[in-house]
Amino acid sequence: MGTPLSTRAAILAVAALMATAGCSSPAATSSGAGGAGTIVVATAGEPDTLNPVLNYGVDGGSLIFDGLVTRDAGNRLVPALARELPTVSPDGRSVTATLREGVRFHDGSPLTAQDVVFTYQAVLDPKVDSTLRSDLDMLASVVAPDPSTVVFRLKYAYAPFLQRLTLGIVPAKALAGQDINQAGFNRKPVGTGPYRVTSWTPGDRLVLAANEAYWGGRPANSGVVVAFVADDNVRAQRMRAGEFDAAELAPKLASGFDRQAGYRVERVPTADYRGVMLPMGNPVTGDVAVRRALNAAVDRQAMVTGVLGGAGEPAHGPIPPSSEFATPSAAGPATADPAAATAALDAAGWRPGADGIRVRDGRPAAFTLMYPATDSLRKELALAVTADAKKIGIRITPEGLTWDAITPRMRTDALIMGYGTPYDPDFVSYKLFGSAFAGQGFFNPGSYRSPVVDKALQDGRDTADPAGRKAAYALFQQQLATDVPWVFLTYLKHTYVVKEAVAGVTPRVEPHEHDVANSLWWNIHTWTKAS
Amino acid sequence: MTPTAATLARRRRLAGAGAVVRRRLLVAVPVLAATSVGMFVLGAASPIDPAQQYAGAAAFTTSEENLAQIRANWGVDDPLPVQYARWVGNLLRGDLGWSTSRHEPVADVLAARAGWTLLLVGAALALVLAASLLLGTVAAYRRGGWLDRAVRAGAYAVQSMPVFWLGLAAIAVFALALGWLPAGGLTDVTATGTEPADVARHLVLPVTVLAISQAPWFVLFVRDTVAESLRDDHVLAARARGLPGRTVLFGHALRTALLPFLTLVGTHLPELVGGAVLVETVFSLPGLGAVTVQAALGSDFPLLAATTLATTVVVLTANLLTDLAYAAADPRVRLDD
Repeated sequence: MGTPLSTRAAILAVAALMATAGCSSPAATSSGAGGAGTIVVATAGEPDTLNPVLNYGVDGGSLIFDGLVTRDAGNRLVPALARELPTVSPDGRSVTATLREGVRFHDGSPLTAQDVVFTYQAVLDPKVDSTLRSDLDMLASVVAPDPSTVVFRLKYAYAPFLQRLTLGIVPAKALAGQDINQAGFNRKPVGTGPYRVTSWTPGDRLVLAANEAYWGGRPANSGVVVAFVADDNVRAQRMRAGEFDAAELAPKLASGFDRQAGYRVERVPTADYRGVMLPMGNPVTGDVAVRRALNAAVDRQAMVTGVLGGAGEPAHGPIPPSSEFATPSAAGPATADPAAATAALDAAGWRPGADGIRVRDGRPAAFTLMYPATDSLRKELALAVTADAKKIGIRITPEGLTWDAITPRMRTDALIMGYGTPYDPDFVSYKLFGSAFAGQGFFNPGSYRSPVVDKALQDGRDTADPAGRKAAYALFQQQLATDVPWVFLTYLKHTYVVKEAVAGVTPRVEPHEHDVANSLWWNIHTWTKAS
Repeated sequence: MTPTAATLARRRRLAGAGAVVRRRLLVAVPVLAATSVGMFVLGAASPIDPAQQYAGAAAFTTSEENLAQIRANWGVDDPLPVQYARWVGNLLRGDLGWSTSRHEPVADVLAARAGWTLLLVGAALALVLAASLLLGTVAAYRRGGWLDRAVRAGAYAVQSMPVFWLGLAAIAVFALALGWLPAGGLTDVTATGTEPADVARHLVLPVTVLAISQAPWFVLFVRDTVAESLRDDHVLAARARGLPGRTVLFGHALRTALLPFLTLVGTHLPELVGGAVLVETVFSLPGLGAVTVQAALGSDFPLLAATTLATTVVVLTANLLTDLAYAAADPRVRLDD
């Protein structure tokens, strides 16, 4: 009866398999990092692009690129591609940088002022899909009077402008005349940094090889592999299997390595805060007495211990304690003060109702607290705040939602939010608390308005003198502590597991955003591994 | 003379195959068009702003004006018919469009990733088919025996385990405890290319986990249909003629059971693809799964449309192949009706 069907089915299956295997021919085998001296790190966050113009590693630590300036272990600005820190004109509207001599891109071409001009002009070009443009609002133009000098002209004096010069410089030659949004450069870029890109397999890994001719000195290892492993548990298991030299892990998973021989856990302080945004458009959270009561009622220390497993610090404002601009006097106690909280509510006329929930003029002290449903940390914080509020007679209804459901409700419903950068207090706070930005998307979603804060934020931006800025931000922090537009809860610590064999790890205070760039491995070119 | 007659008969049975393929192709065009329109309409109903999704955490510092410029660059604020017409126009020119969530041409996303997903699904499907036919048939033959009971208990147990959990458990046992196989990734993290042997070693666990997670349906189905057909007249007759047990089992009983099984495979394919998405996540494989989820979350029409169309094509092709195989296997089915 001819060939049995099963045989033919098997042949068909094999043929199909071979066809599919043909489709997936190996990605170009390329030389580069591999073998001894390569450091393997793993992270969840994968960049969308490796082009600094499109927002890759803009705050430095990008491994592939250098900015005109960079930051040291204490997040202080130090010269990088600029020979020394750029100089600012007396009116604050002109900034001049002189380039370091003899710097070459990975392709061997020399760095010139024209590359710097190209990089910043690309960011400003409306045809380029760069979200960085919003951060460079103040920049009017950038010119190169000679091949080693760059002059930035600003629309208005902007005190922390040098902090914006960490942006990685791209070679003009590689991108000129192309559509930057779709250039092949974004996947296989050329920079001046300590590592050049060997290959990037999205969803899998980024392979970097040491730039032997790095102007800052040859890297101490032969290369770096960044493995992208989105799932926390999988990353932990692969770390335990010994695949990685360092990996970012959630605090609770990381503490599993505390007593494991051969590993150590790094808990890195950050400017990454979590807090409750209290909208002024809600009749309950719009009452300053309720906000102050909540601020006193939350037990921040308990959240650090219970929710974060110790990997955090209590937060009282948007400026982290590690910052030179932090004002300790604006910070309250780390533990709850229910007596002060109830006193504030009593004084404002919120009286306990029949069910234990306070009432004023027939309105119960109740509101909804939104959090992004996929973020388990924010969920646990929301539940902790809910429990603390209940003790003083405020009923919170936590509600886990997707961002598209959250954003239209931010004017009237409280939200667990998180962000923060350690670099300059102006960076996020100017838009988050300035009345000019009230109700504009994620900038000041609760429409907080305070003339004192507006003036302090503006002074901090306009004043060049460091002491004057410090005074302005002290005022800002005190006014926030008085008005409580947010109940700040905690600063996170980013937790990493590192193999004992790795030397040279120097944690520095991290911002909210960290993946390939700006993580524990910001200085990985100085790391070595004992074998 | 008998083989020639059989071949002739078979040739006659498949005579209408060409017409069927042509007819199916004609049907496929409106199906694909409807699918792609549906995709765009669903996308338009989505409240997600792709530019905000693109900004990610930078949405905190990106002004509305800046986001509007980006949306204008993408043309995502254009009326839906305009967007759809542009997409179809590009498609006809062979351009699948630009993926806003992946920042690269859709064709590149598919080229880099579809192969791995197909390899995973294909290998798992082959494994499932072979294992379920063998196990199901033997279990049916010795109904109530220890193997039958073990297979059924195992199938119910696996059916109740989430794929995700199965994957993590496999990693814990085979990668961590025993150290036999790698815990994830497509290659060793320090490998410089994708060597077939290296990739194969990394695919053993994912393929097996995906196959096991999909196996219960198939095994139980084969077992029941074979058990049933063992009581059919023609099987009983074959036995009565004194044919050896193995010939009866595989040549007669299994062959009868194969026909509905083919249908099951055809209809079960989408579920297999769904399982592959989860397996890719657990084993950090750079397949289409993760990017499809990302595309859905980021309102990335072009990528979503392309992956949906690709899946639709695969399912339609599988159905066609199933029907052709059906005709080849069952003399009562004629294609030229």
